[in-house]
Amino acid sequence: MIDYWPLLGIALVVLGFALRFNPLLVVAVAAIVTGLLGGMPFMKVLAALGHGFNQNRIVTMIYIVLPVIGVLERDGLQQQARTLISGMKRATVGRLLIVYMGFRQIFAALGLTTVAGQAQTVRPLVAPMALAAAEKEHGELDEETSERVKEMSAATDNVGLFFGEDIFLAVSSILLIQGALAAFGIQLTPFQLSVWAIPTAICAFLIHGARLLLLDRKLRRGR
Amino acid sequence: MITVHWLYIFAGAVFAGFAIGSARDLTNRKRWGNAAFWLLLTASFWFGDLLGDIGNGVLVLALVALAGMHLLGRSVGQSTTNEERQRSSERFGNKLFLPALIIPFTAFAGTLLFTYTPLKDSGLIEAKSVTLVLLGVGVIIALIACYAWLRPPPIAAVDEGGRLADSIGWALVLPQMLASLGAVFAAAGVGDTIGAIASDIIPHGSIFLAVLLYALGMVIFTMIMGNAFAAFPVMAAAIGIPILVHQDGGNPAVIGAVGMLSGFCGTLMTPMAANFNIVPAALLELKDQYGVIRAQVPTAIPLLIANILILYIAGFHL
Repeated sequence: MIDYWPLLGIALVVLGFALRFNPLLVVAVAAIVTGLLGGMPFMKVLAALGHGFNQNRIVTMIYIVLPVIGVLERDGLQQQARTLISGMKRATVGRLLIVYMGFRQIFAALGLTTVAGQAQTVRPLVAPMALAAAEKEHGELDEETSERVKEMSAATDNVGLFFGEDIFLAVSSILLIQGALAAFGIQLTPFQLSVWAIPTAICAFLIHGARLLLLDRKLRRGR
Repeated sequence: MITVHWLYIFAGAVFAGFAIGSARDLTNRKRWGNAAFWLLLTASFWFGDLLGDIGNGVLVLALVALAGMHLLGRSVGQSTTNEERQRSSERFGNKLFLPALIIPFTAFAGTLLFTYTPLKDSGLIEAKSVTLVLLGVGVIIALIACYAWLRPPPIAAVDEGGRLADSIGWALVLPQMLASLGAVFAAAGVGDTIGAIASDIIPHGSIFLAVLLYALGMVIFTMIMGNAFAAFPVMAAAIGIPILVHQDGGNPAVIGAVGMLSGFCGTLMTPMAANFNIVPAALLELKDQYGVIRAQVPTAIPLLIANILILYIAGFHL
């Protein structure tokens, strides 16, 4: 007999996100409801929540870069990123983001996942550069277009990261796959697993790259 | 040896700086709420291991209360005007990129040094945290470089850091909260339930349908949990290993690796993966908090189809 009750927490999360309640509140309520329905007393749920939060502090660590980015922005970092791109005759949004995605995939495949990222590179450099490239092609951007360019900048960073990192042998997801398979008596080396990340990495580059070139075409047409 | 705990101390200090910066920001009507939020986070980084699980749980509830009761605000306007920024960018030119590049460069060069040279055995930095520790070192060097070259007012790092942190707001701790939700889900047996449902609806006889169910299961469970790591052990145990590998004779390396990557397609499509999908919307000041997800879905779906084909062809026919 399957116990369906713990799934109610998932429904609460979906509902809460859809109704755009404060996500922190949604997550906390879902955690408590799920725990209680799973038969845990309240204090135990609270302890599990606190324990999980404390164990995962590393996730929030990346924001130590903000003071540096802030000081540089105060002195015109974003403006300079734009100036640099406006000087490049052949730079377009699509080409710029394709080159960025390629580097992001290669660096991630070398295990260097945190050298770039949404806070480290996308906000201060990639997004302003992409906007400048778009303005060069398209002229003044309307709000919808500039939102689109920013969204694609963030998306390109994610795609490059996700579909590069598994090529690296020692990344946690490869180790997790290895461990999960080993629990069933299937012994594989990280290398045997990580080579099979390569076909998907190539597909990701081609699919997202094609979309970026289409974005270029759309921008040119809109001029 | 420098361990990740040194980094916690440093990060706590940075968050304390955010608290001071927020409190000084007179343009933010709710500045005390923000300051309290960053102070709680400072306490978590500095004293988290001393507070005990219940203590940390109470701290989490306090963070949630501040955010849920809308006690966080953000700064209006900016410290220097766009014209001033333009002028100063003309003055400093490409030199402005150097401090920003110091951070990734230190992390990159340092990781290579501590992985491939005798420094590896020096025991100076804890092996599993090398890149992160060096990221922290990079931040410190970059801050020194900023002050040496740009000579901003002494308090600028605190004010600007606080301002940026306030612009992200509660979204900054959402990824960490979701990770703890994952821990509660696991403790309450959500994974077992989903695995049981998945193995209940397994189609028999068709390899392709089983592959399809495995990949879609990875996507859906990843979207629910916010990361593929929680989904993989469940789906591998429910379908991947008993059906695809043992019953149908699939190549376990392909089933494992590409199964995980199918999950990553789900990561591109869910607000639960907040650090990738929701935080950037705040960082880039997007109008729609789901804008990044919308931009990713048209890449995720064709890529998922590609993954299903790779699973089917490379897993069973090569």
